[in-house]
Amino acid sequence: MSKQPDSRILLAHGSGGRLTHELIEQVFGKTLANPILDRMDDAATFDIEGRLAFTTDSHVVSPIFFPGGDIGRLSLTGTVNDLAMMGAKPLYISAGFIIEEGLPFADLETIVASMGDTAHEAGVQVVAGDTKVVERGAADGIFITTSGIGLIPPGVQISATGAMPGDAIIVSGAIGDHGATILSKREGMDFDVELQSDCAPLGGLVADMLAAAPGIHVLRDPTRGGVAATLNEIAASSEVDIEIEEERIPYRAEVRAVCELLGLDPMVLANEGKLVAFVAAEDAGQVFEAMKKNRYGSLATKIGRVRKIESSRPRVYARTVLGSRRILSMPTGEQLPRIC
Amino acid sequence: MPLPFLDDFRQGQHVRALLEQLAEHAATLERPARIMEVCGTHTMAISRHGIRQAIPESLALISGPGCPVCVTANADIDAFIEIALLPNVIATTFGDMLRVPGTRMGLAQARGQGARVQIVYSTLDALKLARENPDATVIFFGIGFETTAPTVAAALVEAHESNIDNFMVLSAHKVVPPALAALCATPGLAVDAFLCPGHVTAIIGPEAYRQVVDDFGIPCVIAGFEPADILQSLTMLVDQIAAGRSEVELQYSRGVRPEGNPTAMAMIDRVFEPCDAEWRGLGVIPGSGLAIREEFAAHDAARRFPVDVSYSREPAGCLCGAILTGIKSPRDCPLFSRGCTPDHPIGPCMVSSEGTCAAYFQYEI
Repeated sequence: MSKQPDSRILLAHGSGGRLTHELIEQVFGKTLANPILDRMDDAATFDIEGRLAFTTDSHVVSPIFFPGGDIGRLSLTGTVNDLAMMGAKPLYISAGFIIEEGLPFADLETIVASMGDTAHEAGVQVVAGDTKVVERGAADGIFITTSGIGLIPPGVQISATGAMPGDAIIVSGAIGDHGATILSKREGMDFDVELQSDCAPLGGLVADMLAAAPGIHVLRDPTRGGVAATLNEIAASSEVDIEIEEERIPYRAEVRAVCELLGLDPMVLANEGKLVAFVAAEDAGQVFEAMKKNRYGSLATKIGRVRKIESSRPRVYARTVLGSRRILSMPTGEQLPRIC
Repeated sequence: MPLPFLDDFRQGQHVRALLEQLAEHAATLERPARIMEVCGTHTMAISRHGIRQAIPESLALISGPGCPVCVTANADIDAFIEIALLPNVIATTFGDMLRVPGTRMGLAQARGQGARVQIVYSTLDALKLARENPDATVIFFGIGFETTAPTVAAALVEAHESNIDNFMVLSAHKVVPPALAALCATPGLAVDAFLCPGHVTAIIGPEAYRQVVDDFGIPCVIAGFEPADILQSLTMLVDQIAAGRSEVELQYSRGVRPEGNPTAMAMIDRVFEPCDAEWRGLGVIPGSGLAIREEFAAHDAARRFPVDVSYSREPAGCLCGAILTGIKSPRDCPLFSRGCTPDHPIGPCMVSSEGTCAAYFQYEI
């Protein structure tokens, strides 16, 4: 395997021959090593008993390297977090790579190393994978699709339809970091303060929350469309109204500043290491305390409550600094493309 | 962590104190007052912060013709789209215009038909595109009031001096004072005071409203855009109404100098000259538009690309015109949220980032 500093992925690396095998063994196999993957069978096999959660995510984020993470880390956290939002303990991940001819080898190594580190942090194993190389221009650098399987503990029944009037709504930390970071990098903007993606695996945080209260009603990670989309989705699925207090929502100062400058609402920006939890009022205190003790929940904040529908359909209301109410709409049209 | 210059004007404690003060002062009014906010950014801010619900019932806030995209007549939009569809043209515009419907189609649909449409954040980006694409003609759609016109003027000066021959502007720029005067002269106008645009006034200066207060006797307060600014400005207007005064007062002193911005005004005057312009909802207002001067004719898309837009019509059933003059409110429009939504707009008021219907749709309960 050529280790010249400027060596690049070639079409031959995807042809199934010698170069493909070298690539798999020396990059993927070596970095993501685990007993299942090491067997290099056509499919991973394992025994699991219980209720499973299964999900998939494709990652086309541009740029592929950004402050706070890269497409490798994101491809792991995206799928791990979807599993965690069902209350599942994430276990096994598959990863499919579509690589554009000409991608620097060093970039691929960095991305895969990042996946390995994130898998280790999240306590999951990458047990199956696939690699294709397409000609220059047919992809943009690298696209990664991950699927994941997780195990849901007994007694956990989390669903978007589960929010009940009276539930407390808790957000796990500051909002808008990932979207603001990607946008500023995409536009080539340089600020004196460093914006960072919040990209992080939340399986551990969710486990701590469920230990405090197994009966959590809803969990969702507010990715594309941000917290605004998430709240509107849950209100619609559960057929409830939601009321949040604007002044309570946590933001990093630098995210707020960038949003003010660019005329963006941080509530519609993607988050990749945050969750929104809907918890019965009597459990809210314990869940909140458990969140604060976890590294990814230290800035957890109660932002609002679930209510019965007061008009003809579910709405999300925001109480403003004046004390009056306004609607928090589902974000329309102009979402930022290729945010995750 | 608090952000300086921002949080002070939004902090709940201050804002609620100002709201109480407004209520106290409004109690002295003999009859309900109708206040028109002229600027689209104010309309958005008012809806965004729930100001309409919070203020005393005796105050009605009505939206005016302050959204530059919304007041652009269909004929101008159609002209730009016709030019965008020509071969070797790169049509550049601010983001808002992409989804505004023209008579036959909007820019997004024109793009779907093969037009090269590029969203830019500033005219400098459009100039850069012209330099990078010498075989194409880059046309910039000049929409906006006095806040935007100086930067477009500066781009035209640079194009002229650097011989960037493939950069042109289709000017649909407008100026605010003639439109305000036309509004004031409208028979049956029921407006007791104007909340005036902070950023336009930063350019034109507070004296621009002299005719409104002296000839028409309508109080004017130049307001900033944070909740605290708007509430304080409303209180100042209420005080004027209660005392029977009509003066120009400056609330937004951190953003507006008493003399305005003479440099920016000079830049506008260097490149543009007044012309008659058609405003959606107000008709043709003499001297309210900005046309590119003869000296810069080589960069004037209107001269270089005359197009036939005799088919232009305003959309049937659309009440944008009446909404822009405060006669109707978005909820009076039968199309509001039934057939006309931000994703599928029939008129510009629903799709512009400063549009009244968009503000109501997105924020008002």
